[in-house]
Formats: sequence, C-alpha cells, structure tokens
Amino acid sequence: MEQPNKLGYFGDYGGRFVPETLMAALLELEEGYKNALKDAAFKSELKRLLSTYVGRPTPLYFAKSLTSKYRGAQIYLKREDLAHTGAHKINNCIGQGLLARRMNKKRIIAETGAGQHGVAVATIASLFNQSCVIYMGIEDMKRQAPNVARMNLLGADVIPVDSGSQTLKDATNEAIRDWVTNVETTHYIIGSTVGPHPYPKLVRDFQAVIGRETKIQIKRQINRLPDQIIACVGGGSNSLGMFYPFIKDKSVKLTGVESSGNGLNTHLHAATLTKGKPGVLHGSFSYLLQDKFGQVKTSHSIAAGLDYPGVGPEHSFLKDQSRVNYVSVTDKEALSAFIELTETEGIIPALESSFALAYAKKIAPTLSKKYVLVVNLSGRGDKDLANDEVASLINKRLKARQKKGRE
Amino acid sequence: MNNHLPISISNVFEKLRKNNKKALMPYLTAGYPDEKTFIKLLKEIIKNGADMVEIGIPFSDPLADGKTIQSSSQIALQNGTNINRIFQQLGELENRYKVPLIIMSYYNPVLQYGISKFLKKSKTAGGFGLLIPDMIPDEGIAIEDKCRTFGVDLIYLLAPTSSAQRRQLILKRSQGFVYLVSVAGVTGARKSLPGKLNRWITQIKKESRLPVCVGFGISDLTQAKSVVRVADGVIIGSAIIDIIKKSSGSQEVVSNVGRFIGKIRKGMDNVKS
Repeated sequence: MEQPNKLGYFGDYGGRFVPETLMAALLELEEGYKNALKDAAFKSELKRLLSTYVGRPTPLYFAKSLTSKYRGAQIYLKREDLAHTGAHKINNCIGQGLLARRMNKKRIIAETGAGQHGVAVATIASLFNQSCVIYMGIEDMKRQAPNVARMNLLGADVIPVDSGSQTLKDATNEAIRDWVTNVETTHYIIGSTVGPHPYPKLVRDFQAVIGRETKIQIKRQINRLPDQIIACVGGGSNSLGMFYPFIKDKSVKLTGVESSGNGLNTHLHAATLTKGKPGVLHGSFSYLLQDKFGQVKTSHSIAAGLDYPGVGPEHSFLKDQSRVNYVSVTDKEALSAFIELTETEGIIPALESSFALAYAKKIAPTLSKKYVLVVNLSGRGDKDLANDEVASLINKRLKARQKKGRE
Repeated sequence: MNNHLPISISNVFEKLRKNNKKALMPYLTAGYPDEKTFIKLLKEIIKNGADMVEIGIPFSDPLADGKTIQSSSQIALQNGTNINRIFQQLGELENRYKVPLIIMSYYNPVLQYGISKFLKKSKTAGGFGLLIPDMIPDEGIAIEDKCRTFGVDLIYLLAPTSSAQRRQLILKRSQGFVYLVSVAGVTGARKSLPGKLNRWITQIKKESRLPVCVGFGISDLTQAKSVVRVADGVIIGSAIIDIIKKSSGSQEVVSNVGRFIGKIRKGMDNVKS
C-alpha cells in the first residue's frame, strides 16, 4: 500500500496534530504539491536546478583506502557533501522553494540544527528572491558558528532561540510559532521528514533523488545492488531519501544509525527509535524521547543535526515493519570515524555523517571482501571545525605530530 | 444552589443567558508560580466572578503559546508539577463543582497518561471541558467518543484562517462551546485586536448551535467589553500570567489577580449587547 495514506499516516504513525490556524496552510501545501507534480514546467525547472545549480548527480565514490584500512567489505560513499551548500539539505529546499514560489509565498522561514538546512534555505531564498528567517538554538549557533556566518551573508535573519534545550527541538517550536502568526504570507520549509502531513512525504520525495541516483550508479559500477546501505538518522531526511527507492529491494539491508551520545545507558543521547516510545511532537505521532507524563526529554549528540528527541513518522513505521534496522553509535565512535575518513580519503565528513561512517567501521571488518556497503555521506564537515570537541581533537593531533617531528 | 451537584458547561451558559450576562473565563497555568499559590489564585478568581476557569497542564513544548505562557509552563514543570498532583489538588478544592474547569493540555500528556484515565480523573476533579490546542476534528474521533463516555466536553478551536468548510466541521464537532482564536498567532496579550473581529464573531454566532467564546490576545477590560458585545464569553490568559509574574514573590500576587478579575467582571456586566 502507498505510504502515507490520505490522512498522512504511515501505518500508525504521522497525522496532523497542529493548531487549527495552520490547517488552511497545510491543505494548501498538499494541494499545491499535488498540482505541481502534474505540471511539466515545475518538474523541468526542478530537474534543471538540481543538475546545473546543485550539481547533481553527486558521485558514488569507491573509498579504496578506507576499504583497505578496515580490511573487509567494500565501502562506497554517496557524496552528498559535494552538493551545493555542502549537504543533502539543498535537494528539499529547491523543491519547497519552487513550491513556495508557485503558491505566491514571498517569506520563507525554517528551523535549523547543524545549520546545513538553514544555509540551504537561505541559499534558495536568495536564488528565488524571497525574504528569509531562520530559527536556531543558541547552543547550536555556538557549535556551528561558520554556518551562522554563511546564513547572515546570504541575507537571512538568524533568530537565536533561548528556550528549553536551546537546540533543534526548540528552534522547531519557534519556527512553528512564527508560522502560526504569519501563515498567510509565509511558507515554512521543514528540513527533515518530520512535522504534520504533508511534510514527511514532501521532504522524503524531494530527497529520494539520493537513492534513485545511487541505484543507477552502483549498478553501473558493480553490476548489481549493494548488500547494505547505511545512513545516519536525526529527523531522518538523508536516510529516508537514500532508503526509499530501495524499500522494495528486499536483498538490500538498510541500516539507520542514531546517535547514542555519551551512551545508551546515560541520559545524554538522541537514540529516539532505540530508546523512545511513540508520542506526539511537532505535529506528528512517532517515536519520541519522553518521560512517563509525556514531557519531551532533552536529547544529546555531538552532532547538532542529530540532536533531536523525535524522528520522522515513516522511520517509526519502517522500524515496526523491521524493514530498516536501527542501531546507534556514540559520540566518541563518531569522532574517530570523522578523523579516519579525513586522514585516509582526504574527505572531511560532517559529524552527522560520521555516525554512519562509525557504524561502517564497526561492521566492515566482520564482512567478506565481496560484500558491498554504501554509506550516505550526507554532508561536509567544515561547519564542525567550530565545535569545541573537534577543535581540541585537531589541536591534540597537531601537537602529537609536532612532537613526533622533533624526535 | 447545592454546591455538590455538578453543573455542566451548558448550565453555566443557560444561567448567564437568563441573567443577561456573558461568560468570564480566566486561565491559570497549573503549578505556577508554585503549587500553593496556584490554588490560592484559583479560589480568588472564582471569588471575584469567574464563570469557568481554564487550567493549563504545563507541557515541555507548548507550540501554540507565546513567551508568557511558555515561561509559566517551564517554571511549573521545574516546580515538579505533574498531572497526578494537579488532579489531586483540584480534587481537594471545596465547592469544586460550582465553577466548571476547562482543562487545557497539549495532546501528548493526555495520550501518555491514557485518554480514559485522564478524562476520568479530570471529571472527578471538576474538569468538565477539555481543550487540546494541537488537536483538530480530523484527528479527534477517538477522543471525542471517550469524552462522551466520561461526560467531558471536547472544545475545538476555530481560527480566522479556517475555511468555510472547516468552520462547518468544527462547529458540528465541538462540544460545550466554540473557542474562537481572535487572531492568527500564539497566545499572548495584544495591544489591539483585529478590526474585523466582531463582524467575524457575529457570523460564527449565526452558524453555531453552541455558545461562542473568544480567546488569544484579550488583555484588558476595553478589549473584553468590545468582544462580549457580540460573543458569549471571553478567555483571558497571558494578561493574568503577566500580573502573576510581575507581582511574583510579593504578598499581593493573589489580591492583584483578584482585583483584575473583579474589575473585568464588573465592566463586562455593564455591557449591553
């Protein structure tokens, strides 16, 4: 059966739990999207921009050195880090930006965690001449400072959010509050496969280009489908975009990697699907980190883009269906994968993507050399150089090198 | 009147209509500024003429609320308030059935507590109405059925952005009264209300079988008087929380709120509709 159904449900998950004020806009968006899909001009403009502006298709790269280092499965990287603005987020923003233009909404708002979505939104707002406001937790503004500068340069107003956890969850609350207030003039570009219907479907559809390309590319390179695909899961847009075109290919194992932060047995993690329980946050019913009274817990991850106590409803559905296997790795494991990809392949990955890489590192040595793993490299890591832990790691390694040089 | 005989929301409106009065419905965040003062405030606003009281169950992510109610919710949660304690406190009130309480909660706390258990405890504590700001009729069928079973009115919100079709849906499915959101936006005191507001209220009143009350942004007597010229009642929330915040820590917090409610009551009762 086609997912989601008419009411926006993926099995038991999804729906629309929003203030009535937003319903007109959600229905308008649903209708607008339906019409756009029938419009040849919309489709060709989307295709043109994805190819000549974003730089698609992004390459599928065989990471030979990393493969030799881990001595096992062959590792292929889907290079979303090479897309314009440095992450997969732009795929969705081009699509939603074009929709906003069709619906004559001249003001764009968005939430951002790592800042990659915020940068992508600011970019398309500049391209389409729309005014732009980005909500970002002050904690995230600190650890992703380079992206704040990029958004400012692109002409977006970045509004610091100081409520609650001061991260993605609260930035999303604030963006929704703005939307409720300015709904008639404003389009809200949600950055992940979360939120009320039709957002989870909309974002998935615009991101599915990742998986469609990967399927063609891997067949071209190895003449068959891969054995396993790995992607990190925060809200879940890069992973769903990658997985969706492979859902029916039952021979391909799909693995979503959550952030277990300091460890699953601590309170400091963001492993929603592993440790959460279904509930309602930000307009949809899905797995959620919460206490017994339904208060949402604060998540933790070194990767701002994974630091979210909720997850997209389609992931909850795929978990219950056992079509995707959800696992988690710690901040520490992700940091070491971050360094290793940089040193072996000369690619600085985003901290978010490093969680997927860390899981590949764990399993690759246990697998045969014929086994093919595809890792979705969802973004580049330049933005993470302002992160305190990354900066001190770089410093430590630099000192060690200097010491070695002197000896 | 026998104080132990539960009166329903519709009884309240019936009585008001007979006396040619309009409903005054103040809002309090449960557990704010602390649990003891909250109960004192509740008694005081009832004493000063509230017809019903909306009680907000604090939630970690109140996305329909502005800064004022957000921060009151955060403080209440930090104080250790939870649904069990709130229902227990409300249940201990004397004369608790004299003034119906409208329980306001976001959906997730109700869902996690168990809808039936929530409604049962709510009713026992005097909660005759339930208002869920992130619940729309499209998602509400299951909870409506349970509300009927427990005799709790499920109140839906109607927004200025609602289409004619959605307006029909909401008017048909609301129980108790219809809650009109005065402006597109979150809760919070506003200096002025939209010029077209009373024309809109008049239109809704023509179509509605239920009383029509207006909330969001109503912060003073002038606004309340203007609205009840056409509406059946007003909800005042953030303005009260602001007074509590400003007099926080002082002995006068309870009397300040009481005086404010008393003034609105008196002013509203002098309005000719």
